[in-house]
Amino acid sequence: MSEPFDHIETDRQTMEVDIACAGFGPATGGFLTTLTEAWNRNPADPAFESRVTPGMPLQVVCYERADDLAAGVSGVVTRAQGIRASFPALDPAQIPMAAAVKQERIFYLLDPIGASKRSALLRFGDFLLGLGRGRWVKDDAFELPWAPAFLHKHGGLILSIGQFNQWVASQLMASGFVQIWPGMPAAAPIFSGVASAQHRGVTGLRLADQGVDKLGAPADGFMAGMDVHAQLTVVGDGPVGAIGQQLDRHFGLPHGHAHREWALGMKFVIELPEDTPLEAGTVWHTFGFPEPEIFGFLYVHPERLASVGIFVPSWLGNPQRTVYRYLQHYIQHPALWRYLKDGTLRSWGAKSLEESGKHGEPFLTGDGFARIGEGSGSTNMLTGSGVDEAWTTGVELGEAVLDLLRAGLPFSQENLAETYEKRRRASWVEQGALQAQNARNGFHKGFVRGLIGMGLAGLTSGRFSLGAQIPPAPRQIRSTQPGSQADLDLRKATVLALENGRPLHDALMSARGWPEIAYDGRLLVTHQDALLMGGKVQAMPGYADHVVFLDRRHCISCREKTCIAMCSGQAITLGPDSEPVFEREKCVHCGACLWNCPHSPDGERGNIEFHAGSGGLHSGEN
Amino acid sequence: MSNSLHIVVCAGIVPDPLQTLEPLATPTGPGLKNEMVLPAVLDPWAASALYEAAALAAKNPGSKLWLVALGPKAKLQQVMMTVAQKVAFELVPVDGPIGGFPDAHATAAALSSAIESIAGLDHTKLLLFGGWESASRGAGVTLQLIGERLGIVDQFFGVDEISLREDGSFEVLERVEGGKHQVSKCAGTPAVLGWATGNLAEPRNNPQVGMANMRTIMPALQKAQTAKLDANSLSYVSVNLPRQQRETRVEKNMTPDEIAAELVDWLGKDF
Repeated sequence: MSEPFDHIETDRQTMEVDIACAGFGPATGGFLTTLTEAWNRNPADPAFESRVTPGMPLQVVCYERADDLAAGVSGVVTRAQGIRASFPALDPAQIPMAAAVKQERIFYLLDPIGASKRSALLRFGDFLLGLGRGRWVKDDAFELPWAPAFLHKHGGLILSIGQFNQWVASQLMASGFVQIWPGMPAAAPIFSGVASAQHRGVTGLRLADQGVDKLGAPADGFMAGMDVHAQLTVVGDGPVGAIGQQLDRHFGLPHGHAHREWALGMKFVIELPEDTPLEAGTVWHTFGFPEPEIFGFLYVHPERLASVGIFVPSWLGNPQRTVYRYLQHYIQHPALWRYLKDGTLRSWGAKSLEESGKHGEPFLTGDGFARIGEGSGSTNMLTGSGVDEAWTTGVELGEAVLDLLRAGLPFSQENLAETYEKRRRASWVEQGALQAQNARNGFHKGFVRGLIGMGLAGLTSGRFSLGAQIPPAPRQIRSTQPGSQADLDLRKATVLALENGRPLHDALMSARGWPEIAYDGRLLVTHQDALLMGGKVQAMPGYADHVVFLDRRHCISCREKTCIAMCSGQAITLGPDSEPVFEREKCVHCGACLWNCPHSPDGERGNIEFHAGSGGLHSGEN
Repeated sequence: MSNSLHIVVCAGIVPDPLQTLEPLATPTGPGLKNEMVLPAVLDPWAASALYEAAALAAKNPGSKLWLVALGPKAKLQQVMMTVAQKVAFELVPVDGPIGGFPDAHATAAALSSAIESIAGLDHTKLLLFGGWESASRGAGVTLQLIGERLGIVDQFFGVDEISLREDGSFEVLERVEGGKHQVSKCAGTPAVLGWATGNLAEPRNNPQVGMANMRTIMPALQKAQTAKLDANSLSYVSVNLPRQQRETRVEKNMTPDEIAAELVDWLGKDF
């Protein structure tokens, strides 16, 4: 069942608006803020008269699948160049959990446990570094004497994206100019005309059907999703959003572009001990542990809250990759544990990041639509920054739309290309994206080469970089050969998972020699308990399953079970017949399953689709 | 005979019960840590009242429905983004403090004053709805006090159902001990109904309902009157959250009956 939303033949309610947005994140926030600021300056401007409801102001609506706009999942550090341009008088104290960046440090973490997979070269390097214990190595960590300029976030902000979104949305809604509707997933674009790479058209959004069963068939209280027709559809639904994915499939991507590089970010929000010496505004970047390829971070918010997390990339080829258990080992690294050990876990969250950058950029415009934000390839993987870039792409589209409204021109592919795309190409976002586009190539050939490649690209502003052929995400997962160590680890873990009820990811780590976690009920808790701390998963009844396994035969024969091991919320578990079982009520919508399947029906995508779904993690402190 | 009703639903907002709540003492009395940061929802009991009111209004043409809510304007706006998609109503917001600890008399005064200021409200057709108690805080008497201030003597609490007759009288089912309902017959409006859960499911989100509601909600929020409730009129000796206990344990060898028996034992313990 690849297109479950298309098979319901029914009369749908329709609605006409001027602008419909899919997804409310930083990009849409930037877009709507730009429009609203202009409206606030001059509401009488005839440019703001609705085309679909003459005599009324422009009808601008935004649909967001999460139940609350504060339910975003990310603690970030950003240079905030674009955000500050939108809010010149911005005082971080206005935004809950925001702090100005005060201090940045970078650490290479040695492996004090000896369980990580390290190359011989890296082990030798670690040995040499280890000779300096007590001098240049403290707490099994080596602090880089300087932070490369490309990583700096001086003058930037530490933010909780959930709180930032809420803050932005409050101001937007208070204006009365735009309407933002949480708990309302947009399921599909409404296409117009015959599609080709040259001529692309969208006339609006179809909202998700309600009152349906798991497969999407009408059930009690069926309400067909409304067709919202719009002069302009703004697609800012992120890297795993249903609208962006369907546009990519329908129109294809520009030649040579593909979504092949991903990472799953998972973090804890920890209340630090009362006597913590860590100041709000502290930023740490780490690499080297729990696996060399896993980068980590610690950001300190006001009121002794810290976001601490890791990124597990798609190029970590181990099919038994996982995140939650790695994160538990990460926070116990001596360099972090010194500050965290008497802390309390307040909440937890996870999110997929599209790390292809410029290589994953889709067609940005078409007749009646434009793409903004992370799903439009704006994330800069050299600087490790995405929020400010996403915000700025939204601002650029907002400025373009104002130009077109004032000129009385339609939102055609040509006009949007001439205004929005042109602005974007000339902006710092594009320049950064070009510098970053090959920065991570080396990681596909190993951690050390990856660091060299990243340094090379960073220090030469992208003029030099290592070449690479990046394989599709499913092929980045190494096959599990029968009788191999990975196969034996998996079998052992499967027995543990099935017989003792342990999560597969947890059993896998134990099978691979990682020490058991000594739960303290406060900071080190089981994955299940973490799912219930600081916010829980919301799943409104009456929606279809949004995770769909395309060909069950692949699942049955799958040896890797990576989708299960990587599932952030244990929403995909091992069924008794060894098939993955999805429970919508536990899904945090991180989207990891989308790129963590080694079986591909077309050589590019995995065997799992991620559709529109309502809800997700509901946590105000993320 | 027309039974057009004027239904006013009083509904507070509370921190989303899915969040981890941590009590603390604030300069203005008891509170919750980071309460302004926590997502808020319509008090669940009152939400039941709203859905029942909307269903009743839909069955009785010519009826009108108002939602009267007291809370910080910014949080009310946040909650309305979700609630406004459910059913059609007019919002009467009162900009006030967050938290459920102000004196119930002061809260009732502010809310009854807001109700009396509703243009076109016909007291002879009035059904005053609300939750029979707050899901989080409050003394559980606010709705009664509002009714008294409005001079409404017919009051029903723990309501699960109302059946309106053609002559304007109605029958009410109120929860009583032992899982039973007390059946009352009332000659007609005005009346106060403090709702338990009712019988209706939460309505689906409907974008058209949301769009229609927002045309009146945002202007109403912009013009919301401020209610200054005296934070020092009451002093609390102690405040506690409902006790939560979570024990995670995997059992592979117990029968369902054994698990049920253990749960019953656990529920019966005095923690």
